Amino acid sequence: MKRVYLFVPLIGFLVMAGLFFLTIDREDKDVLPSPLIGQLFPEFDMVALETGEPIQRADLLGKPALVNVWATWCPTCKAEHAFLNQLAAEQGIRIIGINYKDEDDKAKQWLASYGNPYQGNISDPDGKLGLELGVYGAPETFLIDSAGVIRGKHVGDLNAKVWKQLQPQFESLQ
Amino acid sequence: MKQIYGRFLLLCASLLLSAAASAVVEGYKYQFDSETDVQRFNTLAEELRCPKCQNQNLADSNSPVASDMREKVYELMQGGQSDDQIVDYLVARYGDFVHYKPPVRKDTWLLWFGPVIVFLLGLLVLRQLRRSQGSRKLAPLTEEEQQQLERLKAAQPNHTDPKA
Repeated sequence: MKRVYLFVPLIGFLVMAGLFFLTIDREDKDVLPSPLIGQLFPEFDMVALETGEPIQRADLLGKPALVNVWATWCPTCKAEHAFLNQLAAEQGIRIIGINYKDEDDKAKQWLASYGNPYQGNISDPDGKLGLELGVYGAPETFLIDSAGVIRGKHVGDLNAKVWKQLQPQFESLQ
Repeated sequence: MKQIYGRFLLLCASLLLSAAASAVVEGYKYQFDSETDVQRFNTLAEELRCPKCQNQNLADSNSPVASDMREKVYELMQGGQSDDQIVDYLVARYGDFVHYKPPVRKDTWLLWFGPVIVFLLGLLVLRQLRRSQGSRKLAPLTEEEQQQLERLKAAQPNHTDPKA
């Protein structure tokens, strides 16, 4: 018998171990890649949280923006809220909110008590717009350019560390 | 009184009839026109994966996003969309992840055919092993060995077959 065959299981093991090792740190398993990156933000016909006025995709265009999906039932949203306030106030970042599967009254109260970093909020009580965007939890944040093309997505809270990674991309948006 | 009784019966009957063509997923009821549609819905809910709770399908998960997605599947079905169109709709928003059956593509090639390749390799190794074992024939004894054997036999004259 050829001795070489004795090494087949070992080689198999090493190949598998190598593959696992390469992917071990590559991505958080809870973060799904969005197929919407590079595509136009979906058309929608919703109502603004603050005013009750109709709001459409056209209202998002003109300047790059962060589109932040949040809700009062979401503890992580509370954790990131102070950072959003800071982004809006200190860096003048344009943030549009989607109040996802929430109650309008609770949401307004939240903004009144914790501050409002949003240029405007879309009320999405049934998660309809969320579904169009492939949202599966909160918070999620989309980076859109001035033409309304989705350029990036972050799942989880925005904080100084995350922003350090996103900022160069956001600043390069036209 | 009789009229109320009659109405009650009618209500019971209609409830029974409607139960025949509705799918129950996680306590939510979806009404369909036919049993085939119920089957379709149940199959879709089992084949689609909840993006939030990653090892459950839409039928098993009670997370809010799974219920929204079930609702959407129902809505699209009622709108006359085919199973493929419905799956495509969700894949376009949530990615390949939502379908338990990934598409056959360049980057999923290993996933689809890897096991077959490993199996075939295993067969090949097994065949080589058997072949090399089969070919290991005993070499005939040399003259010297033959003589040695004779000597050993002669040294034990009392050795007999145990049966005898």
